[in-house]
Amino acid sequence: MLATPGKLIRGWMERRAHQGHSVALGYRQILILPTRGGLVFTAMVLAIWVGAVNYSNNMAFVLCFLLLGLALVAMIHTFRNLLGLQITAAYPEPVFAGGHAHVPVRIDNNALRPRYGIVLRAAANRPAVTKIPQLDSRSAMLPVATRHRGLHPLPVVVVESVFPGGLFRAWSRVALEATCAVYPKPETGRVPEPKSHASTGSERPTGQGDDEFTGLRPYQPADPLKRIAWRTLAQGQEIQTKQFAGETPDRVWLDYDTIQGLAPEARLSRLCRWILDAEQAGRPYGLALPGRRLAPATGPAHKERCLEALARFPD
Amino acid sequence: MTIRRHRECVSNQTLAWLLGGLGLVMAPHALHVPLWLTATVIACGCLRYVLSRRGERLPGRTIRLLGVIAGTSAIYLSYGTILGLDAGVALLCLMASFKLLEMRTRRDVLVALLLGYFLIATHLIYAQTLLTVVYLLVTVWALTTLLITTQKADDGSRPLAHTRLAATMLAQALPIMVILFVLFPRVPGPLWSMPDDAYVAMTGLSDEMSPGSISEISQSDEVALRAEFAGDPPPRPQRYWRGPVLSDYDGRTWAQAGSSAAGPPEVLALTNATDYTITLEPHNKPWLLTLDIATGVDRAARFDAAHQLEQENPVRERIRYQARSVLQYQLGETLSGAARNHYTQLPDDAHPRSRELARTWRQEQTDDAELIEHGLGHFRREPFTYTLQPPRLDGDSIDEFLFGTRSGFCEHFAAAFTVLMRAAGIPARVVTGYLGGRMNPAGDYMIVRQSDAHAWVEVWLEGDGWRRVDPTGYVAPDRIEQGLAGALPQEALVPRGAFEGNGLRQHLSLRWDAINAYWNRWVLAYSPALQQHLMDRLNLGSWQRVALAIAASMALALAGLATLILRRSRQRPMDPAAAAWQRFCSRLARHGLHRRPDEGPRDFARRAAARWPTQADAIDAIAQRYGALRYGRRGGKQELRALHLAIRRLRLNS
Repeated sequence: MLATPGKLIRGWMERRAHQGHSVALGYRQILILPTRGGLVFTAMVLAIWVGAVNYSNNMAFVLCFLLLGLALVAMIHTFRNLLGLQITAAYPEPVFAGGHAHVPVRIDNNALRPRYGIVLRAAANRPAVTKIPQLDSRSAMLPVATRHRGLHPLPVVVVESVFPGGLFRAWSRVALEATCAVYPKPETGRVPEPKSHASTGSERPTGQGDDEFTGLRPYQPADPLKRIAWRTLAQGQEIQTKQFAGETPDRVWLDYDTIQGLAPEARLSRLCRWILDAEQAGRPYGLALPGRRLAPATGPAHKERCLEALARFPD
Repeated sequence: MTIRRHRECVSNQTLAWLLGGLGLVMAPHALHVPLWLTATVIACGCLRYVLSRRGERLPGRTIRLLGVIAGTSAIYLSYGTILGLDAGVALLCLMASFKLLEMRTRRDVLVALLLGYFLIATHLIYAQTLLTVVYLLVTVWALTTLLITTQKADDGSRPLAHTRLAATMLAQALPIMVILFVLFPRVPGPLWSMPDDAYVAMTGLSDEMSPGSISEISQSDEVALRAEFAGDPPPRPQRYWRGPVLSDYDGRTWAQAGSSAAGPPEVLALTNATDYTITLEPHNKPWLLTLDIATGVDRAARFDAAHQLEQENPVRERIRYQARSVLQYQLGETLSGAARNHYTQLPDDAHPRSRELARTWRQEQTDDAELIEHGLGHFRREPFTYTLQPPRLDGDSIDEFLFGTRSGFCEHFAAAFTVLMRAAGIPARVVTGYLGGRMNPAGDYMIVRQSDAHAWVEVWLEGDGWRRVDPTGYVAPDRIEQGLAGALPQEALVPRGAFEGNGLRQHLSLRWDAINAYWNRWVLAYSPALQQHLMDRLNLGSWQRVALAIAASMALALAGLATLILRRSRQRPMDPAAAAWQRFCSRLARHGLHRRPDEGPRDFARRAAARWPTQADAIDAIAQRYGALRYGRRGGKQELRALHLAIRRLRLNS
């Protein structure tokens, strides 16, 4: 198997990318190369040198060597501008496939000098640019385009700077340890109603509605906030949920196996759409995936659990 | 969150400084570019500023193209070429100013700044004094500040926010500059044949002399050479600095004789020799100047048949050499027939009246020496005047001068006298050089300026050799005794440097010249030859050793600089409150509660309080104290101690 030099270099750099959920940029993490402007600058210095030789002009030699020294010093300063920065990432809010995940990244400047023109970039997306005053920090939401459903590690974040002078570019590739949950893209257009499930009947008679208070039961994560028994909680007891007797809500099981004739991803997309529709209709829904079942409920927490289950499928 | 999105163009404020910086770079060029170009450059700068100020569009591609074509044509019309030094500089100025009109992106700004750096270099070809160094440092500083300001991703800071950084970087670049200046191999230039006007900036004597040529360079205040004497300097009337000898004559112009096979004439010293060292300013001609008749020089140069000292290549950089001269001498013993013919040659039909005069002299005097005396006396007997502004001579220049205008500068007298002597059958030639020189008490050396340029005559006397005679001295004795300003005190054209005085101004100017002389001697005279000399002294003879020396010293300098620059980036010791908080967090972590990276103290405390409800108050107090210490306005020692205490007293049971 042959690898192109470009691939080899990229692979090497990928391996060099520093790991961890919070990374401090040290000497070994920062790479530096001249920018195109730096090359043009060098060409200009060379032109001055040729002129100095041609005219035997010692002052032009002085200028030429001074500018060369300036470029070398700028290189060290550019390196210094990144050195010691602390990059920390947090988990981004989940997104639907095809949308942009916004990765919260914080840069801490623990040094007694400001850092200028710090550019943060994830993949080929629009970079964020900032100046960080001394002993301060800045946060940025790095947009990352998503394409496929799943639990994805964050893309490598590139921290770079050309300050001062734009002659050199110092950069560091940071592989932050965090994942981004990407839900399936909800199916669009008209979708068939979820089929009633055979098991619905057996769960129907529990009969907990909104009419009359019947008692308390231990809290379950998906219970709506308005049903929480705040009074007993305030008395220092365990968190409990109020139960009411009344009309049985129309529950539905959203079952992976009932969807026929579609590819697995398409099935997940339909399930996703069903979850969103049911949530919007306020209708309790349960999710049945091969190997995993989530009891019917409603509410944002339940929705997120269901969607995450879709993202993680088949885990 | 104050993260700015990427914006491309510079702010108006930065633009104003950018225009100012480039103006500073181009300002000295205004001295030698045509007025219309200066006006164009200023107009472009103002136009750009006004357009940006009003938020209007910059001129389109067609207009800019037309501008470039018009400007280039105008330069061609002004200079007759678009190549060469002067035209090239003019073109560069023009391009830089047009670049201002299309400066949209950061890259355009970079190009404009790089043009600016290059324009500094072009200025150095015209001037290399110490003041130029100041100019160089100031402009490089200004451009570097602008480079730092404009070439970064966020353009939020003020234009002058980085002046200090630019100065620091310049200071840090100095050691590298010094190392490379001394060690980097100097290639003897030029790399290719230079345009004709490459060395126009160098003034000095010419290899031709026609009426008006010496009075022209006499109006320059520039230094021609500096001389340090081992002993006492010679008295003023003997400070003849011998330059090119002119003996070819076409009726109007004197020129150097073509090369001859004859060796240099013998020199018989009649007094002790004078030793001295000359620092010669470049004049783009091969001859070296010496005090009167030199007998030896420590440089690869030879004397020709007219005892003119010449080296192989033109002097295009400042050189230093030691020489030894005699002031009383006999130059030459015999003159061959061919040489006698050459030195008495006159164009057949030229100067009939002068020849007639010489013939009458010859009839009166049979002895050559007496004839010469008589001839010189002619200039004193007749009403000749000495002036820097002689009337134009349109016809037969010698006849018109001798019998008509009778006023002229040294070249008129020298040329006329040589013609008269040749007409009388005495071998004669014109010698050009400098007469005079002034000791600088501040540096104990003599300054000879272009305004000391002079022409005199050498005549052949059988048995005596070549003897120097100076007809100017018979018209204006003060020229020899006191210099140009003494002889022509009222003429406005006499340059200031020709005057002598004891005022503060003179004193300061001599001090300044002394500093410049040291500068010239130690910095500007550092040539490939001198570098080779130094390398030999440092035992760096081979190029491998030189390369090694450069690599080693550069590595050392860069390592030193890196240590110096990066050392300061050490992190500040952690804030004590933050350290205490860190301890608190790790204690909780040991009990299984980890703070999430994006969790603030308050949120984390709430979670911790839910986990250890019995310690909720204590945890809340810790978070509050920490918040107050870290983000509050007051952070006393008592508060800190209370925080430490609260953390220590916290009892967690998992």
